[in-house]
Amino acid sequence: MSSLELLTWARGPALQAALVIFIIGMLIRVLEILLLGRKTDLTRARAGQMGPGLRTIFSRSLPVSGTWKQHLSGYLWHIGFIVVLLFYAPHIQLFKQGFNIAWPALPTSLIDIITIVTMAALVFSLSLRFTDPVRRMLSTVGDYFSWLVTFLPVATGYMAFHNVGPDYTLVLALHIMSVNLLLVVFPFTKLSHAITFLFSRWYNGANAGRKGVRV
Amino acid sequence: MKQDETLAEHLQGQGISRRGFLKFCAATASMLALSPGMAGAIADALGKARRPSVIWLSFQECTGCTESLTRSHNPSVESLILSAISLDYHHTLQAASGTAAEEAREQAMHDNKGEYLLVVDGSIPTGAGGGYSTIAGISNLQMLEETAKDAAAIISVGTCAAFGGIPYANPNPTGARSVMDLIHDKPIVNVPGCPPIPIVITGVLSHYLTFGSLPELDNLNRPLSFFGDTIHDRCYRRPFYDQGKFAKTFDDEGARNGWCLYELGCKGPTTHNACATAKWNNGVSFPIESGHGCIGCSEPNFWDAGSFYQAISSSPEDLSRAATGAIIAGAAAGAGVGLYNKYKQSRAKDKHYTVTTKDMEDS
Ligand code: SF4
Ligand code: SF4
Repeated sequence: MSSLELLTWARGPALQAALVIFIIGMLIRVLEILLLGRKTDLTRARAGQMGPGLRTIFSRSLPVSGTWKQHLSGYLWHIGFIVVLLFYAPHIQLFKQGFNIAWPALPTSLIDIITIVTMAALVFSLSLRFTDPVRRMLSTVGDYFSWLVTFLPVATGYMAFHNVGPDYTLVLALHIMSVNLLLVVFPFTKLSHAITFLFSRWYNGANAGRKGVRV
Repeated sequence: MKQDETLAEHLQGQGISRRGFLKFCAATASMLALSPGMAGAIADALGKARRPSVIWLSFQECTGCTESLTRSHNPSVESLILSAISLDYHHTLQAASGTAAEEAREQAMHDNKGEYLLVVDGSIPTGAGGGYSTIAGISNLQMLEETAKDAAAIISVGTCAAFGGIPYANPNPTGARSVMDLIHDKPIVNVPGCPPIPIVITGVLSHYLTFGSLPELDNLNRPLSFFGDTIHDRCYRRPFYDQGKFAKTFDDEGARNGWCLYELGCKGPTTHNACATAKWNNGVSFPIESGHGCIGCSEPNFWDAGSFYQAISSSPEDLSRAATGAIIAGAAAGAGVGLYNKYKQSRAKDKHYTVTTKDMEDS
């Protein structure tokens, strides 16, 4: 198999299959949670739940004193990842030709800098896991795996853009394969928090609100 | 040209000046990425060379490769090389036909056993016992095997001979294969391109004539000096790619300003060829210079790599249809799993009975 054949397969049938697994997997995860429902709470509500629920979704993202390092690195890579994913011109082409939606791209040189920052922040987050004893104890193989499948698309994308490595075609194929891998494992690892965090935070906030706790 | 005449003598007879010849040698040296000093060595070797016998076989092809080689300007390096070799058999170019033509091939094979160069253009149909294409009652496959047996080396000219090309494209009804797929015991050089650049064909021939060996090859058997870089590596629109300035349509302002053609489907980043440096039509320009993206013609399976006008980063598959299907399937599966969980929950509830302190005291 030549690198072009690998690339054609990666951006063709493999991407299509990965996307299908991602969507079906995420829908199963989400509907599973939503359809199970909760027992009706028979206590008298002390306050509304919708407001606190929605507020908590955002407030839990705010930094807490003493943890600024992980918060900063967390912000940097989450935002960087999304910006590069959505605003790099070749990525927009995928959305345009795949789903017929497009928007303006950011300059490539800016994307380049954001990618470096994203990689650095991801590496820093990993180093925190290694160095902080509590975090090291809490970390499972799944956590390291989730880190790896998140890091690979960024690193291979950077390599492809800068023509690092033996062959651009091969590196680009590996980049797309790493994205496919991310899509496939997404619903079945902690990465699914990208959607489920909305429900869990809302639930916690709403619960507290109902009990009259200020959030 | 007489058989024992040297190339230098022959060229003089053709009215090609020593200066023109040296110019050709310098161009060949530079195209082959040899040091300029090598031009003299090439001139020396080529000057003394006896014309080698070349048998050119054409199978499933469109004659574009031969057209490419002959559509060069006079006195061109191509015509020069063409007259320098003894092209003993070539369907399109030879005057003989029928039995006489086949005899010429057999004669050349016999007289130059183990020394002739075999040039192939077109892919070889292997389906229906080779019945899809025959010449003088012999199948292409048979003719290739027969002629390859005593060849010194094989040059696969064009993407069809090198990688299967358009006949090989899905669904490949004739069972087309490349030369490399079928012959394993001979040195093979691939000169892909649809069509290949004339100077790349002559460059490989010159290298063989000069050094008696084939040039250094990449992992797909392409001469590294021509196929070592991608079109994108050498593209003059590259600064615009790096700045993220892309033409969005073929006639917008970006296109008029010469911006990068990536979004219009340019396959330059994944295509190894010498178009950006050797150019076409006697060095006039190359596709990207004329405002059209590279279609990746020198890469294996480029016909199956999706539309020519789709950016490399997009998918040749119908993603929105796949996504719609997945949403329906996912919603159904999710609802199914969710309802099953609910059912399990209520069954667990039903089985549950309350234990009072009295029950415990009694037991
Ligand atoms: S036009 Fe094609 S080869 Fe040239 S810089 Fe743009 S993408 Fe690369
Ligand atoms: S620019 Fe690309 S498609 Fe055009 S001839 Fe060159 S390699 Fe082939």
